[in-house]
Amino acid sequence: MKNLVEVKNIKKNYGKNEAVKGISFNIKEDEILGLLGPNGSGKTTTIGMLLGLLKPTSGEILINGQKLEGNRIEILEKINFISPYIELPKKLTVKQNLTVYGKLYKINNINERIEFLSEKLRLGGLLNSITGELSSGQKNRVSLAKALINEPKVLLLDEPTASLDPEVGDFVRSFLEDYKKEKKISILLASHNMNEVTRLCKSILMMKDGIIIDKGNPEELINKHGRKNLEEVFLKLSRSKNELN
Amino acid sequence: MYGLFLRHFYLITRSFPRVLDLVYWPTIQITLWGFISNFFATHTTYYNNAVGVILTCAILYDFLFRTSIGFNMLFLEEIWSRNFTNLFIAPMKIGEILTSLVATALIRALIGLIPAVLLTSPLFGISILDLGIFLFFLFLSLYLFGITLGILVSAGLLRYGPSFENIAWSTMFLLAPFGCIYYPIEILPEVFQKIAYLIPLVYIFEEARNILINQTVDIQNIYYAFMWNGVYFVLSIALFYYSFNVAKNKGTLINMGE
Repeated sequence: MKNLVEVKNIKKNYGKNEAVKGISFNIKEDEILGLLGPNGSGKTTTIGMLLGLLKPTSGEILINGQKLEGNRIEILEKINFISPYIELPKKLTVKQNLTVYGKLYKINNINERIEFLSEKLRLGGLLNSITGELSSGQKNRVSLAKALINEPKVLLLDEPTASLDPEVGDFVRSFLEDYKKEKKISILLASHNMNEVTRLCKSILMMKDGIIIDKGNPEELINKHGRKNLEEVFLKLSRSKNELN
Repeated sequence: MYGLFLRHFYLITRSFPRVLDLVYWPTIQITLWGFISNFFATHTTYYNNAVGVILTCAILYDFLFRTSIGFNMLFLEEIWSRNFTNLFIAPMKIGEILTSLVATALIRALIGLIPAVLLTSPLFGISILDLGIFLFFLFLSLYLFGITLGILVSAGLLRYGPSFENIAWSTMFLLAPFGCIYYPIEILPEVFQKIAYLIPLVYIFEEARNILINQTVDIQNIYYAFMWNGVYFVLSIALFYYSFNVAKNKGTLINMGE
């Protein structure tokens, strides 16, 4: 499997504050990589750099073999993002929102794409509903549809199931598993839900204070740290001094 | 009761834009109406033969206001709806974002302008069309200046984030006293006149009055208006690109929706 995302020693400084201190990792095709870490560990900054919203102070990011620097627009056509902190315009209907983003991503067969996604994400009855009037679970599925409108090769997910009830959360996780398998895409998943990460991710990066302090698959990490589950590993690493440095 | 007072007191003292806001509006209102009063007190016969000049200037100014605020609103709505990040991760060049906002701002301004123009005739017996073919150039010039201000404010929003929002609402009012919308430039003190001549508005409104009152056309006014518009437009575009790069370094783009 080839690497769709290659991150090479990226750093990000905000003035004197070093938010990310030189991290490197790859995400393979058909892989979900978990990005874990306490608040302020540099996860959002890392995602911002992968989206081209933040310019790394140094280092290099390659998406599908292309350097992000200098090819931002071309690369943005192949990636997408979902986060509970960003929303779609509330006054527009679901279909209007998806049509707008279909146009922005220059999708040729927008109606077919919307139909496909609405079927997969159970949005059929919601297409003419006002986005702002939907429940959290429904909004989440609409945001997911927007994030998949351009058939991304790389999907960045920041807390994709935050504030969802267990049933909708499970539906979203199952959908992501199936979609990744079917389309062979790369997914970066930043989450505080350890059960979700254990279920979805074959490999995990643990970040703290702007560096990667540990990595491996969930089982390896649990055994290595002698803990019962990933949540305990997370708590141990969050509270300890940096492991790999 | 004291707690509620404290809640607002802390808010004001912790935010310089809010303090500025408190001082800014009375200062601008007093300055603008001071010049208007001064003008009417010393030039009682100036508008005698040209009923509708004030109304025409008000419509022109409103078009400028709608264009500029319309542009800002488009940008602010993306921030308010927390859709800003979605927009900036879509594969759109900065030029494409600006072009679409510029076109949308024009449509918004025209939607507001057309009813106002149509109402003035039956209500007041005045037609803005009396400005003739030159009306098109005046509107074009105002539109250019409106979107230039819109781009400048949007550049500030990119650079400083939503806290720059107050500036978005106040730019037009800051320029109003210098723009000589309702009075000729001679009313301004000399130092203000020098500033006013650097703003396209003076040439536009001087020319509107010239056409309506003197029934003559001074092409030079239109030329200077376009010249200054060109200068500011290019500067605003450059500043927008600069602000985008600064925002990418500072992280404003990713935090904008939060």
